[in-house]
Amino acid sequence: MSELVWILIEALIKAVVILTMILLAAATLVYFERRISAFIQNRYGPNRVGPFGLLQPFADVFKLFLKEDLVPKVADKRFHRLAPIISLGVTLAVYSVIPLSNYVNIDTGDTVRKVYFGIAPNVNIGFLFVLAMTSVGVYGITLAGWSSNNKYSLLGGLRSSAQMISYELSMGLSVIGVLLVSNYFTTSQNGNWTNTLSLNTIVMNQSGWKWNILLQPLGFIIFLVSAFAETNRAPFDLPEAEPELVGGFNTEYSGMKFGMFFLAEYGNMATSAALITLLFLGGWQLPFPSHWLGLAEGSVWLALAQFASFLLKIILLAIFFIWVRWSIPRFRYDQLMNLGWKIMLPLSLLNIVLTGIILLII
Amino acid sequence: MLTDYIPLIFMVVFGFGIGVVFLLAAEALGARRRTKEKASTYESGMPPVRTARERFSVKFYMVAVLFILFDIEIVFMYPWAVQFKELGSTAFVAMILFIVLLLAGYIYVIRKGALRWD
Repeated sequence: MSELVWILIEALIKAVVILTMILLAAATLVYFERRISAFIQNRYGPNRVGPFGLLQPFADVFKLFLKEDLVPKVADKRFHRLAPIISLGVTLAVYSVIPLSNYVNIDTGDTVRKVYFGIAPNVNIGFLFVLAMTSVGVYGITLAGWSSNNKYSLLGGLRSSAQMISYELSMGLSVIGVLLVSNYFTTSQNGNWTNTLSLNTIVMNQSGWKWNILLQPLGFIIFLVSAFAETNRAPFDLPEAEPELVGGFNTEYSGMKFGMFFLAEYGNMATSAALITLLFLGGWQLPFPSHWLGLAEGSVWLALAQFASFLLKIILLAIFFIWVRWSIPRFRYDQLMNLGWKIMLPLSLLNIVLTGIILLII
Repeated sequence: MLTDYIPLIFMVVFGFGIGVVFLLAAEALGARRRTKEKASTYESGMPPVRTARERFSVKFYMVAVLFILFDIEIVFMYPWAVQFKELGSTAFVAMILFIVLLLAGYIYVIRKGALRWD
């Protein structure tokens, strides 16, 4: 069969598998959040639907689908419908550049194909695509807030978008440090891969314990805090500060339209955890040399082991996200903006300059 | 390679497609019992007062404008960071000059009080 047919089949299978995985992951994260918050607050949490309450999120989704869909009469109907599509679509689309493991060799008869687990992990725009998509994600929230024609929604949407764009600056700047280090360790193998923005390259350059958390500790902290702010999670959950804003930008959404924002929120949490893992915690790299397992590069079992390592790091980070949310009180809005513009931004510039100087000296 | 982008397009189309399907399903499956109260804007149980399309704080505009300025400058740094080793110390000095210029603008913005929120 021709090359193009293979690419199309591969793309179709991968898109279906990975989309299912993300939606399952978002549902599981909701379950985790409810159980862990219950544990922290000395309650039981959902434990009746299915074993340990594991089926609770699916029951919730079915319920949401059957709920009445309310749209206020004064709302701008077109944008009110568009906003949840943008939010969920962007969350799912970001996963296309995330590599879930190294390649697997698949024998197709006449040639051996290198198949990567991940939609397009080697696209050389990599992280730029992530930045672009998260910027589009701001539109979903702003439109939701504005189109509802409700004061709570408008305030929630404005706060949320201002917060997201403020922290996107320090997020983008902290990644430059990672790119500098990654570029320094680039070794081209038979001219196969040179340094690009592709997330797979960044992971490859972290092989052998050169994890960026050790080389870029300041960048890691900046990125972590920005990720919390980007996903609108506590201590930066001002957009949905219940005591002042009811529900924030999604006040006027009901049924599955609300559910879409909810899924997008938890999907974003999984994305942030995945990005932190890829950029700073070695991505799918195993925490020990891969030859210890005695498996050849390109074998299915090695790829599965790498995927398991990636998944474990993401789950630990997600638990950390939840733990923080239920332990730390919320910021005030001026504190939040001051932290973003007056502390994080100069710190991330300092990080770039320091990294550059150190790399030039050694 | 441009063929790398085919799966990416698939994923973007599928992702937004799922959004559309969910939205249409939610509108088709849900119960429908419209009343005047349900169609009114939510304002904690009170009858809504005026509309939400009123003026809001100018600070949000300031943040948006400043974001665009700084974000363009960040995107400008990406190609330099990717080719850092090849470009060497000359490019690094140039980038330091650029960051100093950026900081001058940043200090002006702070001193002007554009980011004061109280």
